[in-house]
Amino acid sequence: MDTHVALDPRKDAYSKPLDKLDVSDPQLYYTDTWYPYFERLRREDPVHYTPESPYGPYWAVTKYKDIMKVEVNHRVFSSSDDFGGIRIEDPPKGMERPNFIRMDPPEHDEQRKVVSPTVNPMNLAKMESLIRERTSTVLDELPRNEEFNWVDCVSIELTSRMLATLFDYPLEGRRELIRWSEIAIVDINAPDAPVRSEEERFAELVKFTEHMNVLWEERAKRPPTFDIISILAHSDLTNKMTMRERMGILILFLVGGNDTTRNSMSGGVWGLSQYPDERRKVSENPALVPGLVSEIIRWQTPVIHMRRTALEDAEIGGKPVKKGDKVVIWYISGNRDEDAIDNPNALIADRPRPREHLSFGFGIHRCLGNRLAELQLRILWEEILKRDLQIEVLDKPVYAYSNFLRSIKSLPVRLAA
Amino acid sequence: MPKVTYIEYDGTEHQVEVPVGLSVMRGAVNNAVPGIDADCGGECACATCHVYVDPQWLERTGLPEPGSQEASMLGFAAAAEPNSRLSCQITMRDELDGLVVRMPEGQH
Repeated sequence: MDTHVALDPRKDAYSKPLDKLDVSDPQLYYTDTWYPYFERLRREDPVHYTPESPYGPYWAVTKYKDIMKVEVNHRVFSSSDDFGGIRIEDPPKGMERPNFIRMDPPEHDEQRKVVSPTVNPMNLAKMESLIRERTSTVLDELPRNEEFNWVDCVSIELTSRMLATLFDYPLEGRRELIRWSEIAIVDINAPDAPVRSEEERFAELVKFTEHMNVLWEERAKRPPTFDIISILAHSDLTNKMTMRERMGILILFLVGGNDTTRNSMSGGVWGLSQYPDERRKVSENPALVPGLVSEIIRWQTPVIHMRRTALEDAEIGGKPVKKGDKVVIWYISGNRDEDAIDNPNALIADRPRPREHLSFGFGIHRCLGNRLAELQLRILWEEILKRDLQIEVLDKPVYAYSNFLRSIKSLPVRLAA
Repeated sequence: MPKVTYIEYDGTEHQVEVPVGLSVMRGAVNNAVPGIDADCGGECACATCHVYVDPQWLERTGLPEPGSQEASMLGFAAAAEPNSRLSCQITMRDELDGLVVRMPEGQH
């Protein structure tokens, strides 16, 4: 591991033979050194075949426009677990956790439509005052003039409360949900992984599902409410789900409902500390906040990649993709594509067309909770600006060892008194 | 130049000249008409430029082909109705001069 860190990433990225360039290595994201590798691919081989990797051969799609083409062509590029699902790593055999993000139409469409109303803009409007009240409380209770971890004290604190609300789960148990979320998504080879094998992970997820199933069965007997468990327990399409299907859909909401927003909450603080002029712009003109929120979500890119499997021979960016090939679309690279986004490495608060980024994906699998994520981030920044909080970042962020989620584990900060 | 009337969810009307060949979505975005987000920039890849076409105009704008990308994206929009369209898929032509579209409560 350490030898990797000592390398000059730019030299390494440009000196390797192209066919040895493998962007699937979680180390690249752990050390935050992925930038030059993708820069080279975008310039020299934007749809890149990697013949050998720990996950087998795959195509790396690195340009914004090519990623978009794959995203909208769900008839050819499947998300189904039947062919390998949505991550570069195939799901563990016999331990699959089915849910609609890992399905193709028509099954995908049916499940998605059941749960979609929970996070539509009309329902979100009802949550705004609650989110603002909680955000205010969390910010007002932060220590002054002493170091603390922004990730734990703000990002996890806020998103865990949101998650408890979405599930209508007891608020005092919110950190249990965070622990299960981490278990569900962690790379088992990460140095700090709470589970070390797929079997161990699965055993924990069975416990999670049994625990949540008690709530599910209780809510099935009561009149319907707007939380996600009640909606699932009352819909004819989902109320007869097997335990494994319940596991799958609960995990999707668990991870989708907190992890990505958490990382944008941390990434935004880190980003604005790197671009103090942008922070000044927003402080002087809070009307920029909605655009800033989109820009932070692009700049952070909480989901690093998605994977599809070609159901027939196809072509992407002039390259012939064969039926059965693994196609990995790297959002993290598309969001840094110079041909789609001007000066893409910079965080620019008043960037034109800030919504045009890949972080939520596009096409039928586009992030369901995108407006909830934006709402939470908008309120957070509005409340930070209202208090004129001067957040001094004391060290670089520590990133997770993962090629799937760009997760920030810690960000030490201090607030001026 | 043909005109389009965009009506926000709260009833606020915006009359905008939209050049032939431009999409109804672009007409709104270029003139800062609120209520159309257009996250994907016109690729028919999200559903955040959702509008309701005034029934009088439906014959001229048409409806999305069943099974098309537009129909499948609209299937996931909040509060879709039989006269729903994605405004990035309506291209301005002379015969659409006077078109009226209404915006939903929110784009999702």
